[in-house]
Amino acid sequence: MDLILDGIVQAFKLLIQGDPEVIKICLLSLGVSFSATLISLVFGVSLGVAIGLNRFKGRRFLVTLINTGMGAPPVVVGLIVTIFLWRYGPLGFLHILYTPAAMVVAQCIISLPIIMGFTLASVQQIDPKLRLQIQALGASRGQMLWLLVKESRLPLLAAVMAGFGAIISEVGASMMVGGNILGQTRVLTTAIVMENSKGEFAVAIALSIILMILVYAVNLVLTVVQQRSRLS
Amino acid sequence: MITKVKSIATVAATNLTMSFDVHKILDVSSLQVLPNEVLVIIGPNGSGKTTLLLCLALLMKPTTGDIKYSGETIIDERLILQLRRRIAVVFQEPLLLNSTVWDNVTLGLSLRNVSKNEAKDRAQKWLERFGVANLAKRQARTLSGGEAKRVSLARAFALEPEVLFLDEPFTALDSPTRQALLEDFESVLRETKVSTVMVTHDRNEALVLADRVAVLIRGQIRQVGKPDEVFNYPVDEEVAGFVEAGNILAGEIVSDNEGLAIVETGSREIEVVSNLKTGTKVTICLRHEDVTLALPGAESFTSSARNRFKGKVVRLFPVSSQVRVTIDCGFPLVALITRRSLEGMGLKEGQEVIATFKASSIHLISHK
Repeated sequence: MDLILDGIVQAFKLLIQGDPEVIKICLLSLGVSFSATLISLVFGVSLGVAIGLNRFKGRRFLVTLINTGMGAPPVVVGLIVTIFLWRYGPLGFLHILYTPAAMVVAQCIISLPIIMGFTLASVQQIDPKLRLQIQALGASRGQMLWLLVKESRLPLLAAVMAGFGAIISEVGASMMVGGNILGQTRVLTTAIVMENSKGEFAVAIALSIILMILVYAVNLVLTVVQQRSRLS
Repeated sequence: MITKVKSIATVAATNLTMSFDVHKILDVSSLQVLPNEVLVIIGPNGSGKTTLLLCLALLMKPTTGDIKYSGETIIDERLILQLRRRIAVVFQEPLLLNSTVWDNVTLGLSLRNVSKNEAKDRAQKWLERFGVANLAKRQARTLSGGEAKRVSLARAFALEPEVLFLDEPFTALDSPTRQALLEDFESVLRETKVSTVMVTHDRNEALVLADRVAVLIRGQIRQVGKPDEVFNYPVDEEVAGFVEAGNILAGEIVSDNEGLAIVETGSREIEVVSNLKTGTKVTICLRHEDVTLALPGAESFTSSARNRFKGKVVRLFPVSSQVRVTIDCGFPLVALITRRSLEGMGLKEGQEVIATFKASSIHLISHK
Protein backbone atom coordinates (compact mmCIF):
# COMPACT_ATOMS: atom_id res chain seq x y z
CA MET A 1 0.00 0.00 0.00
CA ASP A 2 2.86 2.35 0.94
CA LEU A 3 4.37 1.69 -2.42
CA ILE A 4 1.32 3.01 -4.27
CA LEU A 5 0.87 6.00 -1.98
CA ASP A 6 4.55 6.82 -2.34
CA GLY A 7 4.18 6.68 -6.08
CA ILE A 8 1.22 9.01 -6.10
CA VAL A 9 2.93 11.49 -3.80
CA GLN A 10 6.06 11.42 -5.93
CA ALA A 11 4.03 11.86 -9.11
CA PHE A 12 2.56 15.08 -7.83
CA LYS A 13 5.96 16.22 -6.59
CA LEU A 14 7.39 15.62 -10.05
CA LEU A 15 4.47 17.42 -11.65
CA ILE A 16 4.51 20.40 -9.32
CA GLN A 17 8.28 20.76 -9.17
CA GLY A 18 8.39 20.53 -12.93
CA ASP A 19 11.37 18.21 -13.04
CA PRO A 20 13.09 19.19 -16.28
CA GLU A 21 13.89 15.59 -17.15
CA VAL A 22 10.31 14.47 -16.74
CA ILE A 23 9.03 17.46 -18.71
CA LYS A 24 11.40 16.59 -21.54
CA ILE A 25 10.17 12.99 -21.53
CA CYS A 26 6.54 14.14 -21.58
CA LEU A 27 7.10 16.59 -24.41
CA LEU A 28 8.90 13.98 -26.49
CA SER A 29 6.08 11.49 -25.88
CA LEU A 30 3.48 13.97 -27.00
CA GLY A 31 5.57 15.31 -29.89
CA VAL A 32 6.30 11.90 -31.37
CA SER A 33 2.73 10.65 -30.98
CA PHE A 34 1.11 13.85 -32.22
CA SER A 35 3.30 13.91 -35.33
CA ALA A 36 2.61 10.26 -36.01
CA THR A 37 -1.14 10.76 -35.54
CA LEU A 38 -1.16 13.78 -37.83
CA ILE A 39 0.74 11.99 -40.58
CA SER A 40 -1.44 8.89 -40.39
CA LEU A 41 -4.53 11.08 -40.30
CA VAL A 42 -3.65 12.64 -43.64
CA PHE A 43 -2.82 9.32 -45.31
CA GLY A 44 -5.35 7.24 -43.40
CA VAL A 45 -8.30 9.43 -44.23
CA SER A 46 -7.46 9.80 -47.92
CA LEU A 47 -6.75 6.09 -48.38
CA GLY A 48 -9.72 5.12 -46.22
CA VAL A 49 -12.07 7.30 -48.27
CA ALA A 50 -10.62 6.00 -51.54
CA ILE A 51 -11.03 2.37 -50.50
CA GLY A 52 -14.38 2.98 -48.88
CA LEU A 53 -15.99 4.61 -51.88
CA ASN A 54 -14.56 2.60 -54.74
CA ARG A 55 -15.05 -0.94 -55.93
CA PHE A 56 -12.04 -2.68 -57.36
CA LYS A 57 -10.44 -6.09 -57.62
CA GLY A 58 -8.72 -7.24 -54.46
CA ARG A 59 -10.64 -4.74 -52.37
CA ARG A 60 -11.85 -7.30 -49.88
CA PHE A 61 -8.33 -8.62 -49.40
CA LEU A 62 -7.09 -5.08 -48.78
CA VAL A 63 -9.82 -4.44 -46.24
CA THR A 64 -8.94 -7.66 -44.38
CA LEU A 65 -5.34 -6.53 -44.38
CA ILE A 66 -6.28 -3.15 -42.91
CA ASN A 67 -8.45 -4.76 -40.27
CA THR A 68 -5.61 -7.08 -39.33
CA GLY A 69 -3.29 -4.08 -39.23
CA MET A 70 -5.59 -2.47 -36.68
CA GLY A 71 -4.49 -5.13 -34.24
CA ALA A 72 -0.85 -5.39 -35.31
CA PRO A 73 1.48 -6.02 -32.33
CA PRO A 74 3.76 -2.98 -31.84
CA VAL A 75 6.76 -5.20 -31.14
CA VAL A 76 6.46 -6.79 -34.54
CA VAL A 77 6.18 -3.36 -36.16
CA GLY A 78 9.22 -2.31 -34.13
CA LEU A 79 11.16 -5.31 -35.31
CA ILE A 80 10.37 -4.69 -38.97
CA VAL A 81 11.16 -0.97 -38.76
CA THR A 82 14.43 -1.73 -36.95
CA ILE A 83 15.45 -4.20 -39.66
CA PHE A 84 14.65 -1.70 -42.40
CA LEU A 85 16.48 1.14 -40.68
CA TRP A 86 19.45 -0.94 -39.54
CA ARG A 87 22.74 0.45 -40.77
CA TYR A 88 22.97 -2.24 -43.46
CA GLY A 89 19.22 -2.50 -43.94
CA PRO A 90 17.31 -1.31 -47.04
CA LEU A 91 16.74 2.16 -45.57
CA GLY A 92 19.92 2.29 -43.48
CA PHE A 93 21.23 5.23 -45.49
CA LEU A 94 18.66 7.44 -43.76
CA HIS A 95 20.59 7.07 -40.46
CA ILE A 96 17.50 7.60 -38.36
CA LEU A 97 17.51 4.48 -36.20
CA TYR A 98 17.50 5.42 -32.49
CA THR A 99 16.16 8.89 -33.23
CA PRO A 100 12.66 10.31 -32.64
CA ALA A 101 12.14 10.18 -36.42
CA ALA A 102 12.34 6.40 -36.32
CA MET A 103 9.81 6.38 -33.52
CA VAL A 104 7.45 8.54 -35.57
CA VAL A 105 7.81 6.11 -38.48
CA ALA A 106 7.01 3.10 -36.27
CA GLN A 107 4.06 4.80 -34.61
CA CYS A 108 2.70 5.86 -38.01
CA ILE A 109 2.71 2.27 -39.13
CA ILE A 110 0.79 1.31 -35.99
CA SER A 111 -1.83 4.06 -36.19
CA LEU A 112 -2.29 4.20 -39.98
CA PRO A 113 -4.39 1.02 -40.24
CA ILE A 114 -6.47 2.11 -37.24
CA ILE A 115 -7.33 5.46 -38.81
CA MET A 116 -7.81 3.86 -42.23
CA GLY A 117 -10.09 1.20 -40.79
CA PHE A 118 -12.24 3.72 -38.95
CA THR A 119 -12.45 6.01 -41.99
CA LEU A 120 -13.32 3.10 -44.26
CA ALA A 121 -16.10 2.00 -41.94
CA SER A 122 -17.50 5.48 -41.48
CA VAL A 123 -17.64 6.49 -45.14
CA GLN A 124 -19.12 3.12 -46.03
CA GLN A 125 -22.02 3.61 -43.69
CA ILE A 126 -22.97 6.87 -45.41
CA ASP A 127 -26.12 6.26 -47.47
CA PRO A 128 -24.94 5.81 -51.09
CA LYS A 129 -27.90 7.94 -52.11
CA LEU A 130 -26.42 10.84 -50.17
CA ARG A 131 -23.51 10.71 -52.62
CA LEU A 132 -25.98 11.03 -55.49
CA GLN A 133 -27.72 13.90 -53.71
CA ILE A 134 -24.41 15.73 -53.19
CA GLN A 135 -23.55 15.24 -56.85
CA ALA A 136 -27.01 16.44 -57.80
CA LEU A 137 -26.49 19.60 -55.78
CA GLY A 138 -23.64 20.36 -58.14
CA ALA A 139 -20.54 19.14 -56.32
CA SER A 140 -17.44 18.28 -58.30
CA ARG A 141 -15.64 15.07 -57.35
CA GLY A 142 -13.30 16.88 -54.98
CA GLN A 143 -16.11 18.82 -53.35
CA MET A 144 -18.09 15.63 -52.88
CA LEU A 145 -15.18 13.84 -51.16
CA TRP A 146 -14.69 16.78 -48.84
CA LEU A 147 -18.40 16.85 -47.96
CA LEU A 148 -18.36 13.12 -47.29
CA VAL A 149 -15.37 13.46 -44.96
CA LYS A 150 -17.17 16.32 -43.22
CA GLU A 151 -20.27 14.16 -42.96
CA SER A 152 -18.29 11.45 -41.17
CA ARG A 153 -16.47 13.85 -38.83
CA LEU A 154 -17.79 12.19 -35.66
CA PRO A 155 -16.39 8.74 -36.37
CA LEU A 156 -13.25 10.38 -37.76
CA LEU A 157 -12.58 12.06 -34.43
CA ALA A 158 -13.08 8.67 -32.81
CA ALA A 159 -10.47 7.40 -35.27
CA VAL A 160 -8.04 10.10 -34.12
CA MET A 161 -8.63 9.18 -30.50
CA ALA A 162 -8.14 5.49 -31.15
CA GLY A 163 -5.03 6.08 -33.23
CA PHE A 164 -3.45 8.48 -30.76
CA GLY A 165 -4.39 6.30 -27.81
CA ALA A 166 -2.78 3.28 -29.40
CA ILE A 167 0.59 4.93 -30.00
CA ILE A 168 1.03 7.16 -26.95
CA SER A 169 0.67 4.05 -24.80
CA GLU A 170 2.70 1.77 -27.04
CA VAL A 171 6.10 0.66 -25.75
CA GLY A 172 7.49 -2.21 -27.83
CA ALA A 173 8.18 -0.34 -31.03
CA SER A 174 9.42 2.83 -29.32
CA MET A 175 11.85 0.80 -27.27
CA MET A 176 13.19 -1.09 -30.27
CA VAL A 177 13.56 1.75 -32.78
CA GLY A 178 14.23 4.54 -30.27
CA GLY A 179 16.42 2.72 -27.79
CA ASN A 180 15.25 4.66 -24.70
CA ILE A 181 18.23 7.02 -24.83
CA LEU A 182 18.10 9.59 -22.07
CA GLY A 183 17.42 13.06 -23.41
CA GLN A 184 17.00 11.80 -26.95
CA THR A 185 14.50 9.01 -27.37
CA ARG A 186 13.25 8.33 -23.87
CA VAL A 187 9.47 8.60 -23.76
CA LEU A 188 7.03 7.96 -20.92
CA THR A 189 6.33 4.33 -21.75
CA THR A 190 9.95 3.33 -22.22
CA ALA A 191 10.88 5.19 -19.05
CA ILE A 192 8.19 3.32 -17.12
CA VAL A 193 9.51 -0.02 -18.34
CA MET A 194 13.02 0.95 -17.35
CA GLU A 195 12.10 2.24 -13.89
CA ASN A 196 10.05 -0.89 -13.33
CA SER A 197 12.94 -3.17 -14.21
CA LYS A 198 15.20 -1.16 -11.89
CA GLY A 199 12.72 -1.74 -9.06
CA GLU A 200 11.97 2.01 -8.83
CA PHE A 201 8.26 1.41 -8.52
CA ALA A 202 7.47 4.84 -7.12
CA VAL A 203 8.94 6.61 -10.15
CA ALA A 204 7.25 4.09 -12.45
CA ILE A 205 3.89 4.79 -10.82
CA ALA A 206 4.50 8.53 -10.99
CA LEU A 207 5.27 8.35 -14.71
CA SER A 208 2.23 6.11 -15.28
CA ILE A 209 -0.03 8.63 -13.62
CA ILE A 210 1.43 11.42 -15.76
CA LEU A 211 0.91 9.32 -18.89
CA MET A 212 -2.68 8.63 -17.99
CA ILE A 213 -3.38 12.29 -17.25
CA LEU A 214 -1.92 13.23 -20.65
CA VAL A 215 -3.99 10.64 -22.50
CA TYR A 216 -7.06 11.77 -20.62
CA ALA A 217 -6.45 15.45 -21.37
CA VAL A 218 -5.98 14.84 -25.09
CA ASN A 219 -9.09 12.69 -25.28
CA LEU A 220 -11.05 15.22 -23.30
CA VAL A 221 -10.26 17.91 -25.85
CA LEU A 222 -11.13 15.63 -28.75
CA THR A 223 -14.35 14.49 -27.10
CA VAL A 224 -15.45 18.06 -26.47
CA VAL A 225 -14.79 18.90 -30.12
CA GLN A 226 -16.63 15.78 -31.23
CA GLN A 227 -19.69 16.31 -29.11
CA ARG A 228 -19.89 19.99 -29.89
CA SER A 229 -19.85 19.28 -33.62
CA ARG A 230 -22.69 16.84 -33.04
CA LEU A 231 -24.85 19.49 -31.44
CA SER A 232 -24.00 22.70 -33.21
CA MET B 1 -22.08 30.43 -90.67
CA ILE B 2 -23.61 27.45 -88.98
CA THR B 3 -26.90 28.01 -87.25
CA LYS B 4 -27.53 25.65 -84.41
CA VAL B 5 -31.00 24.20 -84.54
CA LYS B 6 -32.18 24.02 -80.98
CA SER B 7 -34.58 21.24 -80.19
CA ILE B 8 -37.77 22.36 -78.50
CA ALA B 9 -37.35 19.64 -75.94
CA THR B 10 -35.56 20.62 -72.76
CA VAL B 11 -34.48 17.07 -72.10
CA ALA B 12 -34.68 14.25 -74.61
CA ALA B 13 -33.65 10.64 -74.35
CA THR B 14 -33.24 8.43 -77.39
CA ASN B 15 -32.63 4.69 -77.56
CA LEU B 16 -31.78 4.63 -73.90
CA THR B 17 -30.94 1.23 -72.47
CA MET B 18 -29.56 0.18 -69.13
CA SER B 19 -28.35 -3.32 -68.42
CA PHE B 20 -27.05 -4.92 -65.28
CA ASP B 21 -25.18 -8.10 -66.21
CA VAL B 22 -27.45 -9.65 -68.81
CA HIS B 23 -30.64 -8.06 -67.55
CA LYS B 24 -31.90 -5.14 -69.57
CA ILE B 25 -33.85 -3.12 -67.06
CA LEU B 26 -34.43 -0.08 -69.21
CA ASP B 27 -35.23 0.18 -72.89
CA VAL B 28 -36.65 3.57 -73.80
CA SER B 29 -36.66 4.41 -77.48
CA SER B 30 -37.70 8.01 -77.01
CA LEU B 31 -38.83 10.31 -74.23
CA GLN B 32 -38.98 14.07 -74.19
CA VAL B 33 -39.50 16.57 -71.46
CA LEU B 34 -41.08 19.68 -72.93
CA PRO B 35 -40.38 23.18 -71.63
CA ASN B 36 -42.48 24.15 -68.60
CA GLU B 37 -44.34 20.87 -68.45
CA VAL B 38 -44.77 18.45 -65.58
CA LEU B 39 -44.07 14.97 -66.86
CA VAL B 40 -45.00 12.23 -64.43
CA ILE B 41 -43.53 8.80 -65.01
CA ILE B 42 -45.66 6.11 -63.42
CA GLY B 43 -45.16 2.40 -63.25
CA PRO B 44 -45.17 -0.52 -60.85
CA ASN B 45 -42.31 -1.27 -58.46
CA GLY B 46 -39.19 -2.47 -60.24
CA SER B 47 -40.22 -1.11 -63.61
CA GLY B 48 -37.04 0.97 -63.89
CA LYS B 49 -38.52 4.35 -62.98
CA THR B 50 -35.71 5.45 -60.69
CA THR B 51 -33.04 4.26 -63.12
CA LEU B 52 -34.68 6.24 -65.90
CA LEU B 53 -34.85 9.33 -63.69
CA LEU B 54 -31.20 9.03 -62.65
CA CYS B 55 -30.16 8.70 -66.30
CA LEU B 56 -32.18 11.77 -67.28
CA ALA B 57 -30.74 13.71 -64.33
CA LEU B 58 -27.19 12.78 -65.46
CA LEU B 59 -26.46 10.88 -62.25
CA MET B 60 -26.21 7.50 -63.92
CA LYS B 61 -24.61 6.60 -67.20
CA PRO B 62 -26.90 4.58 -69.45
CA THR B 63 -25.47 1.46 -71.10
CA THR B 64 -26.38 2.79 -74.53
CA GLY B 65 -28.25 5.70 -76.01
CA ASP B 66 -27.98 9.37 -75.37
CA ILE B 67 -29.54 12.21 -73.50
CA LYS B 68 -29.77 15.67 -74.91
CA TYR B 69 -30.24 18.86 -72.97
CA SER B 70 -31.67 21.61 -75.18
CA GLY B 71 -30.69 19.61 -78.21
CA GLU B 72 -27.04 19.12 -77.31
CA THR B 73 -25.66 15.65 -76.79
CA ILE B 74 -23.82 15.28 -73.53
CA ILE B 75 -20.44 13.73 -73.89
CA ASP B 76 -17.72 14.97 -71.59
CA GLU B 77 -17.54 15.00 -67.81
CA ARG B 78 -17.03 18.75 -67.45
CA LEU B 79 -20.22 19.44 -69.35
CA ILE B 80 -22.08 17.00 -67.11
CA LEU B 81 -20.99 18.95 -64.04
CA GLN B 82 -22.03 22.22 -65.68
CA LEU B 83 -25.44 20.78 -66.55
CA ARG B 84 -25.93 19.25 -63.12
CA ARG B 85 -25.53 22.75 -61.76
CA ARG B 86 -28.56 23.84 -63.76
CA ILE B 87 -30.93 21.12 -62.56
CA ALA B 88 -32.12 19.84 -59.20
CA VAL B 89 -33.01 16.39 -57.90
CA VAL B 90 -35.23 15.45 -54.97
CA PHE B 91 -35.07 11.86 -53.79
CA GLN B 92 -37.50 9.70 -51.88
CA GLU B 93 -35.58 10.23 -48.65
CA PRO B 94 -34.85 13.86 -47.72
CA LEU B 95 -31.07 13.14 -47.75
CA LEU B 96 -30.03 16.13 -45.69
CA LEU B 97 -26.46 16.51 -44.55
CA ASN B 98 -25.57 16.47 -40.87
CA SER B 99 -25.65 20.24 -40.34
CA THR B 100 -28.27 22.92 -39.88
CA VAL B 101 -31.31 23.35 -42.08
CA TRP B 102 -29.89 26.65 -43.29
CA ASP B 103 -26.53 25.11 -44.26
CA ASN B 104 -28.36 22.38 -46.12
CA VAL B 105 -30.40 24.81 -48.17
CA THR B 106 -27.44 27.06 -48.99
CA LEU B 107 -24.96 24.25 -49.74
CA GLY B 108 -26.04 23.72 -53.34
CA LEU B 109 -26.04 27.46 -53.92
CA SER B 110 -22.46 27.83 -52.77
CA LEU B 111 -21.44 24.81 -54.89
CA ARG B 112 -22.97 26.65 -57.83
CA ASN B 113 -21.08 29.84 -57.01
CA VAL B 114 -24.19 31.85 -56.26
CA SER B 115 -23.22 35.02 -54.38
CA LYS B 116 -23.63 34.94 -50.59
CA ASN B 117 -26.29 37.63 -50.60
CA GLU B 118 -28.38 36.02 -53.24
CA ALA B 119 -28.04 32.62 -51.58
CA LYS B 120 -29.31 34.15 -48.37
CA ASP B 121 -32.32 35.69 -50.10
CA ARG B 122 -33.20 32.54 -51.97
CA ALA B 123 -32.82 30.24 -48.97
CA GLN B 124 -35.01 32.52 -46.88
CA LYS B 125 -37.62 32.81 -49.62
CA TRP B 126 -37.95 29.09 -50.23
CA LEU B 127 -37.84 28.05 -46.60
CA GLU B 128 -40.71 30.47 -46.09
CA ARG B 129 -42.56 29.23 -49.16
CA PHE B 130 -42.52 25.70 -47.77
CA GLY B 131 -43.40 26.90 -44.29
CA VAL B 132 -40.17 25.85 -42.57
CA ALA B 133 -38.32 29.16 -42.17
CA ASN B 134 -38.68 28.80 -38.39
CA LEU B 135 -36.54 25.63 -38.55
CA ALA B 136 -33.54 27.33 -40.22
CA LYS B 137 -31.26 27.02 -37.16
CA ARG B 138 -32.27 23.46 -36.31
CA GLN B 139 -30.04 20.47 -36.90
CA ALA B 140 -31.35 18.66 -39.96
CA ARG B 141 -31.13 15.31 -38.17
CA THR B 142 -33.66 16.42 -35.56
CA LEU B 143 -36.47 17.10 -38.04
CA SER B 144 -39.58 15.00 -38.50
CA GLY B 145 -40.13 13.24 -41.82
CA GLY B 146 -42.51 15.89 -43.11
CA GLU B 147 -40.28 18.78 -42.05
CA ALA B 148 -37.21 17.18 -43.61
CA LYS B 149 -39.10 16.65 -46.85
CA ARG B 150 -40.12 20.32 -46.92
CA VAL B 151 -36.51 21.33 -46.34
CA SER B 152 -35.33 19.10 -49.16
CA LEU B 153 -37.92 20.63 -51.49
CA ALA B 154 -36.91 24.15 -50.41
CA ARG B 155 -33.30 23.19 -51.08
CA ALA B 156 -34.20 22.08 -54.60
CA PHE B 157 -36.29 25.13 -55.46
CA ALA B 158 -33.69 27.53 -54.01
CA LEU B 159 -31.39 26.30 -56.77
CA GLU B 160 -33.89 27.72 -59.27
CA PRO B 161 -33.31 24.75 -61.55
CA GLU B 162 -34.12 24.69 -65.25
CA VAL B 163 -35.35 21.13 -64.83
CA LEU B 164 -36.51 19.58 -61.59
CA PHE B 165 -36.35 15.82 -61.06
CA LEU B 166 -38.22 14.08 -58.28
CA ASP B 167 -38.09 10.42 -57.32
CA GLU B 168 -41.23 9.43 -55.40
CA PRO B 169 -40.92 12.50 -53.19
CA PHE B 170 -44.06 11.90 -51.14
CA THR B 171 -43.91 8.15 -50.65
CA ALA B 172 -42.51 7.90 -47.14
CA LEU B 173 -44.94 10.35 -45.56
CA ASP B 174 -48.11 9.68 -43.61
CA SER B 175 -51.35 10.50 -45.35
CA PRO B 176 -52.29 13.95 -43.88
CA THR B 177 -48.68 15.22 -44.09
CA ARG B 178 -48.47 14.01 -47.64
CA GLN B 179 -51.74 15.61 -48.68
CA ALA B 180 -50.77 19.01 -47.24
CA LEU B 181 -47.36 18.89 -48.86
CA LEU B 182 -48.77 17.74 -52.17
CA GLU B 183 -51.04 20.76 -52.26
CA ASP B 184 -48.20 23.19 -51.48
CA PHE B 185 -46.00 21.50 -54.02
CA GLU B 186 -48.67 21.67 -56.68
CA SER B 187 -49.13 25.43 -56.26
CA VAL B 188 -45.35 26.00 -56.32
CA LEU B 189 -45.11 24.02 -59.55
CA ARG B 190 -47.86 26.08 -61.17
CA GLU B 191 -46.21 29.32 -60.05
CA THR B 192 -42.65 28.54 -61.08
CA LYS B 193 -43.55 26.62 -64.24
CA VAL B 194 -40.28 24.77 -63.91
CA SER B 195 -39.92 21.82 -66.29
CA THR B 196 -40.43 18.84 -64.04
CA VAL B 197 -39.96 15.10 -64.25
CA MET B 198 -41.48 13.18 -61.39
CA VAL B 199 -41.47 9.47 -60.79
CA THR B 200 -44.21 7.88 -58.72
CA HIS B 201 -46.29 4.76 -58.42
CA ASP B 202 -49.17 6.78 -57.03
CA ARG B 203 -51.80 7.43 -59.70
CA ASN B 204 -53.37 10.12 -57.60
CA GLU B 205 -50.22 12.23 -57.62
CA ALA B 206 -50.06 11.80 -61.37
CA LEU B 207 -53.65 12.97 -61.76
CA VAL B 208 -53.08 16.03 -59.57
CA LEU B 209 -49.71 17.15 -60.92
CA ALA B 210 -49.13 15.90 -64.43
CA ASP B 211 -49.43 17.73 -67.70
CA ARG B 212 -48.40 14.47 -69.31
CA VAL B 213 -48.10 10.98 -67.95
CA ALA B 214 -45.66 8.34 -69.18
CA VAL B 215 -46.32 4.74 -68.19
CA LEU B 216 -43.17 2.67 -67.68
CA ILE B 217 -43.61 -1.07 -67.44
CA ARG B 218 -40.71 -3.51 -67.38
CA GLY B 219 -38.33 -0.83 -68.57
CA GLN B 220 -40.40 0.29 -71.53
CA ILE B 221 -42.49 3.39 -72.04
CA ARG B 222 -45.85 1.92 -73.01
CA GLN B 223 -47.91 5.08 -73.25
CA VAL B 224 -47.42 8.82 -73.04
CA GLY B 225 -50.30 11.25 -72.94
CA LYS B 226 -52.50 13.57 -70.96
CA PRO B 227 -53.53 12.05 -67.63
CA ASP B 228 -57.19 11.47 -68.54
CA GLU B 229 -56.13 9.96 -71.84
CA VAL B 230 -53.84 7.46 -70.14
CA PHE B 231 -56.20 6.70 -67.29
CA ASN B 232 -59.32 6.36 -69.40
CA TYR B 233 -57.87 4.90 -72.56
CA PRO B 234 -54.98 2.64 -71.67
CA VAL B 235 -53.29 1.19 -74.75
CA ASP B 236 -52.84 -2.35 -73.47
CA GLU B 237 -53.84 -4.64 -70.63
CA GLU B 238 -50.72 -4.08 -68.58
CA VAL B 239 -51.18 -0.33 -68.66
CA ALA B 240 -54.88 -0.83 -67.90
CA GLY B 241 -53.96 -3.11 -65.00
CA PHE B 242 -51.56 -0.57 -63.58
CA VAL B 243 -53.76 2.49 -63.95
CA GLU B 244 -56.58 0.38 -62.51
CA ALA B 245 -58.85 0.81 -65.44
CA GLY B 246 -61.21 -1.36 -63.42
CA ASN B 247 -62.83 -4.48 -64.79
CA ILE B 248 -60.70 -5.99 -67.51
CA LEU B 249 -62.30 -8.71 -69.59
CA ALA B 250 -61.19 -10.46 -72.75
CA GLY B 251 -63.73 -10.81 -75.53
CA GLU B 252 -64.48 -10.72 -79.22
CA ILE B 253 -66.77 -8.47 -81.23
CA VAL B 254 -69.60 -10.61 -82.60
CA SER B 255 -71.58 -7.87 -84.31
CA ASP B 256 -71.18 -4.21 -85.15
CA ASN B 257 -73.86 -1.77 -86.12
CA GLU B 258 -73.53 2.00 -86.55
CA GLY B 259 -71.07 2.58 -83.80
CA LEU B 260 -72.53 0.06 -81.41
CA ALA B 261 -70.66 -3.23 -81.06
CA ILE B 262 -71.61 -6.39 -79.24
CA VAL B 263 -68.75 -8.07 -77.47
CA GLU B 264 -68.99 -11.65 -76.34
CA THR B 265 -67.17 -12.43 -73.14
CA GLY B 266 -67.59 -15.81 -71.53
CA SER B 267 -71.15 -16.70 -72.44
CA ARG B 268 -72.46 -13.14 -72.11
CA GLU B 269 -72.83 -10.30 -74.55
CA ILE B 270 -71.95 -6.73 -73.70
CA GLU B 271 -72.94 -3.68 -75.74
CA VAL B 272 -70.19 -1.18 -76.32
CA VAL B 273 -69.98 2.14 -78.15
CA SER B 274 -67.24 1.41 -80.66
CA ASN B 275 -66.49 1.46 -84.37
CA LEU B 276 -64.43 -1.71 -84.29
CA LYS B 277 -65.44 -4.42 -86.72
CA THR B 278 -66.90 -7.88 -86.12
CA GLY B 279 -64.29 -10.52 -85.42
CA THR B 280 -61.88 -8.17 -83.62
CA LYS B 281 -60.45 -9.58 -80.43
CA VAL B 282 -60.69 -6.96 -77.71
CA THR B 283 -60.08 -6.21 -74.05
CA ILE B 284 -62.93 -4.55 -72.22
CA CYS B 285 -62.04 -1.89 -69.63
CA LEU B 286 -64.82 -0.77 -67.34
CA ARG B 287 -64.20 1.40 -64.28
CA HIS B 288 -65.51 -0.01 -61.01
CA GLU B 289 -67.41 3.18 -60.23
CA ASP B 290 -69.27 3.00 -63.56
CA VAL B 291 -71.11 -0.15 -62.52
CA THR B 292 -74.47 0.47 -60.80
CA LEU B 293 -76.11 -2.12 -58.58
CA ALA B 294 -79.80 -2.70 -57.90
CA LEU B 295 -81.78 -5.28 -55.99
CA PRO B 296 -83.78 -7.77 -58.14
CA GLY B 297 -87.14 -6.39 -56.91
CA ALA B 298 -86.60 -3.09 -58.66
CA GLU B 299 -86.14 -4.78 -62.04
CA SER B 300 -89.12 -3.21 -63.69
CA PHE B 301 -87.68 0.30 -63.92
CA THR B 302 -86.31 1.26 -67.31
CA SER B 303 -82.86 2.69 -67.62
CA SER B 304 -80.77 4.15 -70.43
CA ALA B 305 -77.95 1.77 -69.52
CA ARG B 306 -77.65 -0.82 -72.28
CA ASN B 307 -76.08 -3.52 -70.17
CA ARG B 308 -77.97 -5.34 -67.41
CA PHE B 309 -76.71 -8.52 -65.78
CA LYS B 310 -78.10 -10.59 -62.98
CA GLY B 311 -75.40 -11.93 -60.67
CA LYS B 312 -74.48 -13.11 -57.22
CA VAL B 313 -72.37 -11.10 -54.74
CA VAL B 314 -69.17 -13.08 -54.24
CA ARG B 315 -67.22 -10.74 -52.02
CA LEU B 316 -67.49 -7.43 -50.21
CA PHE B 317 -64.23 -5.60 -49.57
CA PRO B 318 -64.04 -2.16 -47.94
CA VAL B 319 -61.77 0.45 -49.59
CA SER B 320 -61.62 3.60 -47.43
CA SER B 321 -65.14 5.14 -47.58
CA GLN B 322 -66.29 2.77 -50.29
CA VAL B 323 -66.83 -0.92 -50.76
CA ARG B 324 -65.72 -3.11 -53.63
CA VAL B 325 -68.44 -5.53 -54.54
CA THR B 326 -67.37 -8.51 -56.60
CA ILE B 327 -70.22 -10.08 -58.54
CA ASP B 328 -70.37 -13.26 -60.55
CA CYS B 329 -72.67 -12.69 -63.51
CA GLY B 330 -71.26 -15.21 -65.94
CA PHE B 331 -68.03 -13.23 -65.82
CA PRO B 332 -66.47 -11.53 -62.78
CA LEU B 333 -67.55 -7.92 -62.38
CA VAL B 334 -66.43 -5.47 -59.70
CA ALA B 335 -68.54 -2.48 -58.66
CA LEU B 336 -67.45 0.30 -56.34
CA ILE B 337 -70.26 1.68 -54.20
CA THR B 338 -70.38 3.83 -51.08
CA ARG B 339 -70.82 2.28 -47.66
CA ARG B 340 -74.13 4.10 -47.43
CA SER B 341 -75.52 2.46 -50.53
CA LEU B 342 -74.32 -0.87 -49.24
CA GLU B 343 -76.17 -0.35 -45.97
CA GLY B 344 -79.24 1.03 -47.71
CA MET B 345 -79.43 -1.98 -49.98
CA GLY B 346 -78.51 -4.37 -47.20
CA LEU B 347 -76.13 -6.24 -49.47
CA LYS B 348 -74.65 -9.51 -48.23
CA GLU B 349 -72.34 -12.03 -49.78
CA GLY B 350 -74.32 -14.64 -51.69
CA GLN B 351 -77.17 -12.27 -52.48
CA GLU B 352 -78.57 -11.74 -55.98
CA VAL B 353 -78.16 -8.30 -57.59
CA ILE B 354 -78.64 -6.62 -60.92
CA ALA B 355 -75.57 -4.86 -62.29
CA THR B 356 -76.00 -2.20 -64.97
CA PHE B 357 -73.55 -0.08 -66.93
CA LYS B 358 -73.66 2.12 -69.99
CA ALA B 359 -72.38 1.06 -73.38
CA SER B 360 -70.45 4.32 -73.50
CA SER B 361 -68.55 3.84 -70.25
CA ILE B 362 -66.55 0.97 -71.71
CA HIS B 363 -63.12 1.44 -73.23
CA LEU B 364 -62.07 -1.22 -75.72
CA ILE B 365 -58.48 -2.17 -76.44
CA SER B 366 -58.30 -3.91 -79.80
CA HIS B 367 -55.83 -6.66 -80.68
CA LYS B 368 -54.87 -6.63 -84.29
